[in-house]
Amino acid sequence: MAKRIDVSGLNAYYGNFRAVEDISMVVEPRTVTAFIGPSGCGKSTFLRTLNRMHEVIPGARVEGKVMLDDENLYGSNIDPVAVRRTVGMVFQRPNPFPTMSIKENVAAGLKLNGVRNKKVVDEAVERSLRGANLWNEVKDRLDKPGAGLSGGQQQRLCIARAIAVEPQVLLMDEPCSALDPISTLAIEDLIGQLKEQYTIVIVTHNMQQAARVSDRTAFFNLSGVGQPGRLIEIDSTEKIFSNPSVQATEDYISGRFG
Amino acid sequence: METPRETSAPPSDREPHKTPNLAGSSPRRGRSSLADSSGTGRRGDAIFKFASSGSGILLLVIMAAIAAFLTVRAISAISADHGNFLTTSDWQTQADPITFGIAAIATGTIVSAVVAMVIAVPVALGIALFISHYAPRRIAQALGYVVDLLAAVPSIVFGLWGALFLVPHMLGVNAWLNQYFGWTYVFHQNEPGTQPRSLFTVGVVLAIMILPIITAVSREIFLQVPRAHEEAALALGATRWEMIRTAVIPFGRSGIISASMLGLGRALGETMAVATVLSPSYVINLHILDPAGSTIAQTIASQFGESQGTGRDALIAAGLVLFVITLVVNGGARMIIARRKEYSGADA
Repeated sequence: MAKRIDVSGLNAYYGNFRAVEDISMVVEPRTVTAFIGPSGCGKSTFLRTLNRMHEVIPGARVEGKVMLDDENLYGSNIDPVAVRRTVGMVFQRPNPFPTMSIKENVAAGLKLNGVRNKKVVDEAVERSLRGANLWNEVKDRLDKPGAGLSGGQQQRLCIARAIAVEPQVLLMDEPCSALDPISTLAIEDLIGQLKEQYTIVIVTHNMQQAARVSDRTAFFNLSGVGQPGRLIEIDSTEKIFSNPSVQATEDYISGRFG
Repeated sequence: METPRETSAPPSDREPHKTPNLAGSSPRRGRSSLADSSGTGRRGDAIFKFASSGSGILLLVIMAAIAAFLTVRAISAISADHGNFLTTSDWQTQADPITFGIAAIATGTIVSAVVAMVIAVPVALGIALFISHYAPRRIAQALGYVVDLLAAVPSIVFGLWGALFLVPHMLGVNAWLNQYFGWTYVFHQNEPGTQPRSLFTVGVVLAIMILPIITAVSREIFLQVPRAHEEAALALGATRWEMIRTAVIPFGRSGIISASMLGLGRALGETMAVATVLSPSYVINLHILDPAGSTIAQTIASQFGESQGTGRDALIAAGLVLFVITLVVNGGARMIIARRKEYSGADA
């Protein structure tokens, strides 16, 4: 189920502004890769290029290659809609559909894929909610609105919604930044379980979180305001946090930045 | 809305907002800085509260006064009526004995409004979605202006256009509908080729008239759909149309209903556009292409000048019926909106 991501020479633009410059990296299947770095360094922009969500912003475009196993996501015959069905995404703020029940939220992706069989949908809903560690909390109120859950539950609902369509890769854009520590812990535990099946990439501002959940860590930085963000280094999380190769990484991690 | 008051004295629980009193250059002694209620803000609060609740109450009083006036005059007319007010089609207020009933004109009102809604709502939603989600920004802006401009055109202009341009040009449409959809009863014509001064033509004119208001309101709603919900749908692999169906339309549902109600209200109450297009007659004819039927508003407008006494009260009774129809329709819409209130996304 999980696939390998191989990015080479990737540039991302907003209009004429280059937000991300010349990024190359490999993300191995069934691992968690964390992106860290100061605000505005292009981590989220880069993450969004991995499922072609970057280009939904007017004027935004991407140059370069993102190989998912042996397919280039930016190849001329690739449908971005199909890419997004393969590479799922969880956003910074929990965003369940307010007009749908818990069950409808989880089933939304299946419905888009044309799955109509009620039994199949019900099974997928239960499997996904169990996968997101939410089943026991919501199994008695699947028909209640998803917006009525707590923030942490809503975020797990969004994770359930993303994994219901069985993507190859799961992208998470600061999934815990709007959550309290207990909900954060629940999501981090969940990430540990999900990596057995999925390739996971997570953007985080919380360095302890990166250290706790990820196998590999990528540090992004920018040389100044208005300059594009660049990948400084990517290595095993252990190495990044104990003995990084670049001085800037060490400065950032130890809080001596700038 | 505000916190419950413990005493009837001006509430002191809001005073802490006035931080300058606490940290300012001349703090008052003791508890006086918190208990003080002589600030000008307090009086402004009272005036505003009086003004806003006064406006609210005034609205209710006006509504009640209109309803009472209509009811009293209507009762006097209906008791003089020799026909059954609800089932009689005739409108003979000059005759002796006086007979009138709203059966035909209420039917005509509803039929023309339904035709208008069936045509206008889908088109308006299409335009609104095009402006909010499909068109390039510059085209969207220009189109938005045109729609707003169209909303400001007086109804008599639509009426003249309908009578002088649309009526002759509807002949072909009517013939086509009669030929291919005549079997539906609704589109059957008793006398094919008659002048299309019909409820259907009225419905088309009304549709064009209410199109801008429905478009303008739904466009505003569609523009308010949170970007996060649209991205959630896109990230699940929705195409643009699927994203609109998953995130935009459900979110805008209550707004779409409200917009349609605004349009429907205008269609039900329209006078001039109907009067210029229709050749009125007081019969119930559900073959909507036939030149027959009238509406309540148009009947009142065309007869009010010459009417007197009971005849005038009869028109007021018809007005009461229109008032009730509007209330029922709006109440129904409220119920539809309230039924799924917790799913409205209003708190998101």
